[in-house]
Amino acid sequence: MMNYSYTLLIPLLPLIIFFFLGLAGHKLKPMAAGIIGTLGLGVGAILSYYTAFLYFFTTARVGGALPAIEAFKVVWLHLTDKLVINLGILLDPISVMMLVVITTVSLMVHIYSLGYMKGEKGFQRFYAFLSLFSFSMLGLVLASNIFQMYICWELVGVSSFLLIGFYYEKPSAVAACKKAFIVTRFADLGFLIGILILSFITGTFDFVTLTNPTGPAITHVGGITFMGLSVITWSLILVFIGGAGKSAMFPLHIWLPDAMEGPTPVSALIHAATMVVAGVYLVARLFPIYALAAVPGLEVVAWVGAFTSLFAAVIACTQTDIKRVLAYSTMSQIGYMMLALGVSGYGGHEGLGFMASMFHLFTHAMFKALLFLGAGAIIHAVHSNYMTDMGGLRKYLPITHITFLIACLTIAGIPPFSGFFSKDEILVAAFEHNKILFFIEYFVAGLTAFYMFRLYFNVFWGKETQYHHTPHESPATMTIPLMFLAAASIFAGFIPFSELVTSDSKVFETHTEWIVAIPSVLIGIVGIGIATLLYRKENNLSDRIASGIKGLYTAAYHKFYMDEVYLFVTKRIIFNCISKPVAWFDRHVVDATMNGVAWSVNVVSEKSKGFQSGQLQDYAYWFISGAIVLVLLFVYLVH
Amino acid sequence: MIQGIPLQYFLVISTLMFFIGIYGFLTRKNMITILMSIELILNSVNINFVAFNKYLYPDRLQGLFFTLIVIAVAAAEAAVAIAIIINIYRNFKSIEVDNVNEMKY
Amino acid sequence: MFYLLSGMILIFSVMTVTSRRILRSAVYLLFVLVATSGIYFMMNYNFLAAVQLTVYAGGIVVLIIFSILLTSHISERAKMAGIKQSLLSALAVVAGAMLTLIVIFRYSFVRSSQQAIAYDVKTIGRHLVSYGSDGYALPFEVVSILLLAAMIGAIVVARKESKIK
Repeated sequence: MMNYSYTLLIPLLPLIIFFFLGLAGHKLKPMAAGIIGTLGLGVGAILSYYTAFLYFFTTARVGGALPAIEAFKVVWLHLTDKLVINLGILLDPISVMMLVVITTVSLMVHIYSLGYMKGEKGFQRFYAFLSLFSFSMLGLVLASNIFQMYICWELVGVSSFLLIGFYYEKPSAVAACKKAFIVTRFADLGFLIGILILSFITGTFDFVTLTNPTGPAITHVGGITFMGLSVITWSLILVFIGGAGKSAMFPLHIWLPDAMEGPTPVSALIHAATMVVAGVYLVARLFPIYALAAVPGLEVVAWVGAFTSLFAAVIACTQTDIKRVLAYSTMSQIGYMMLALGVSGYGGHEGLGFMASMFHLFTHAMFKALLFLGAGAIIHAVHSNYMTDMGGLRKYLPITHITFLIACLTIAGIPPFSGFFSKDEILVAAFEHNKILFFIEYFVAGLTAFYMFRLYFNVFWGKETQYHHTPHESPATMTIPLMFLAAASIFAGFIPFSELVTSDSKVFETHTEWIVAIPSVLIGIVGIGIATLLYRKENNLSDRIASGIKGLYTAAYHKFYMDEVYLFVTKRIIFNCISKPVAWFDRHVVDATMNGVAWSVNVVSEKSKGFQSGQLQDYAYWFISGAIVLVLLFVYLVH
Repeated sequence: MIQGIPLQYFLVISTLMFFIGIYGFLTRKNMITILMSIELILNSVNINFVAFNKYLYPDRLQGLFFTLIVIAVAAAEAAVAIAIIINIYRNFKSIEVDNVNEMKY
Repeated sequence: MFYLLSGMILIFSVMTVTSRRILRSAVYLLFVLVATSGIYFMMNYNFLAAVQLTVYAGGIVVLIIFSILLTSHISERAKMAGIKQSLLSALAVVAGAMLTLIVIFRYSFVRSSQQAIAYDVKTIGRHLVSYGSDGYALPFEVVSILLLAAMIGAIVVARKESKIK
């Protein structure tokens, strides 16, 4: 048996670098801080690849399944005999896969930021926060214990807060980071309640015990029910709410578009590849319980995912800020992943959805990071975020152009790029489970191709805008990650995922179902075709269509007024009906009691002040009265 | 012993005189009238001592001597009090007891 | 005789404390003191009565009248205390009086069984300066020092501020 305890270094290195850069970073030269941060992630990436190689290819299978290995464990809180919170590292197909994803994307972002953030104030602070984020995310995926995962979950939220609000002098950035933190924190309340219920029922926090098909979580099914669903189902739905907040599912998605206020490398790392998939990872981690004991929960997951992907795709068709188009695209793709998990069963071919979801997670991380980094290169060249300020950039930014095109083709699902394979598996899984869901996703695939190519053509083709100064290609530190990620997007499709990451860690055979694959490719090509028609050359066809469906267009442009609804609910209902009375109570009853005590003391003292009036006769009066009372006491009342 | 007059009558007289003196002390505004009330009190005490001496302890002179001493002390005290009142009159231009109230809160 | 004297005492003492004119209060005080010495005479305490008349009625009341003349207008009407003060003091006084009277009438006074002695001046004088077990030399000396101190004190307090040249 291999000794995997070196994996402790993988999350620990970024943590140490965070403390070092956080405390002493401003004394270093910026480039030195950047190099240190990048090196830490570089070592982490090499160790992750090594671990993946060891785990997937050399570990002996137990009963045909890859074992879950606890590489490290230390007891942290010993609450009762059964309820123990440990801190440890759990190596498992999905966690090792996530290790590879996170360290790769993080390393690419670190290298990219050396060029992108050059000259920015707070460069060292940026790298410190990036390291903190890497540590938290790695801790989250390697957690062996649901409480440890919750701790790292919150840490990830904090790092996201710090990174979105990196330009803290901009009020919009401050508002955005607050919004992100509050919305995800609110969702985490559901997560916490779910954890508590789950651990109460099963008596343990440990993942291996919880997800054991013969363990207490799953065999405990016949138990208390509440409104028709078992308690386990309710707890898992609550846990999913937490995941939905982090993964920007409807209706907790409002923070993701605003989070684009952060620097572009942050958007690439956090809001495309890693943090937003934490919700998917959570469901995947607890998948055995979902699939075997809480199937109604899976239905909820599937429908929420499907609705979100449709909702986001419609909005993305109307946005003009390129980062926001990409944000909504992320939402839509994560909806795909959730859907895939939701339609999956457990074990063998039933678990196709699970495998497809993880596969799509992997490929999505690569091409979405590529898209965001490419957008960063474009913004760096043009100094604006808006499509209206761009056009005809393919002459000026060749490398960016090619890599961006590769990414767009991938996301549209054109073979032989990786997106085709992963999306195809999802569509097959949906097809076998529920035809309605399949048709929704099928339509969304077409929309995806449409809006991505709308973005592509508006930026790189179309009428040339007069630029203030000629846009120039980015430096090597920015283009090398782009090329690496493009290569990953192309070749990742050929990884035999069904041998590596499956619902029960056993191998099963997959093959391309042409009955689903061919229509999906066709609708992708249709979407690309429509986009080419409308946007390749300068014309007003798009405007005429937009004015034809005016109502829907306006609603989609304003993101279906979700933000306004939220503001209404919080301001009118919560603030006025709940917060104001509570505040009134606090001010007038609680404070009034304290003030009343002070006031009464004051009154008493004012009255007692009269005893020292300086009036001789008052003193004499009290003297005489006191003497009389004393005599009375001693003569009559004391025997 | 005086025929027909029990001890208690003297005590009653002295008690009433004592409490009338106290009433005057507590009620009058002019400092000199307060001094006069004090003299009333002292006199009542004197009557008390003399009565006890006569009725209960006719073989000793303690009551008598105590009364003599009390009279001497009362004289001394009246002198000093008058001196203080004159001083106050010079400083405050009034001998109302309500005006001499500077040692207060 | 006793009732006459005691009635005088009570009536005049009440009038002392309630009179509006200060000089009249002083005169009523004089009458009270004279009546008191009458009681002493009644009890055969001749020396004491004489001392009372001399010191109190002759000395203190004169002193008081002088100070009244020094510090106020003769026909000035004195201000009396307000209702609240009068009522409260009356209450306290009445309570105290009742208490004391009850105690007096409940207690049984025991008379000593010794032989009475005379109260003439010779006996008083002898006792005043003897320092045996029945002598009062020490209080006598102490009182004389007290009178000295009081005299000096009164002079110091009441003299005019000396102007520093």
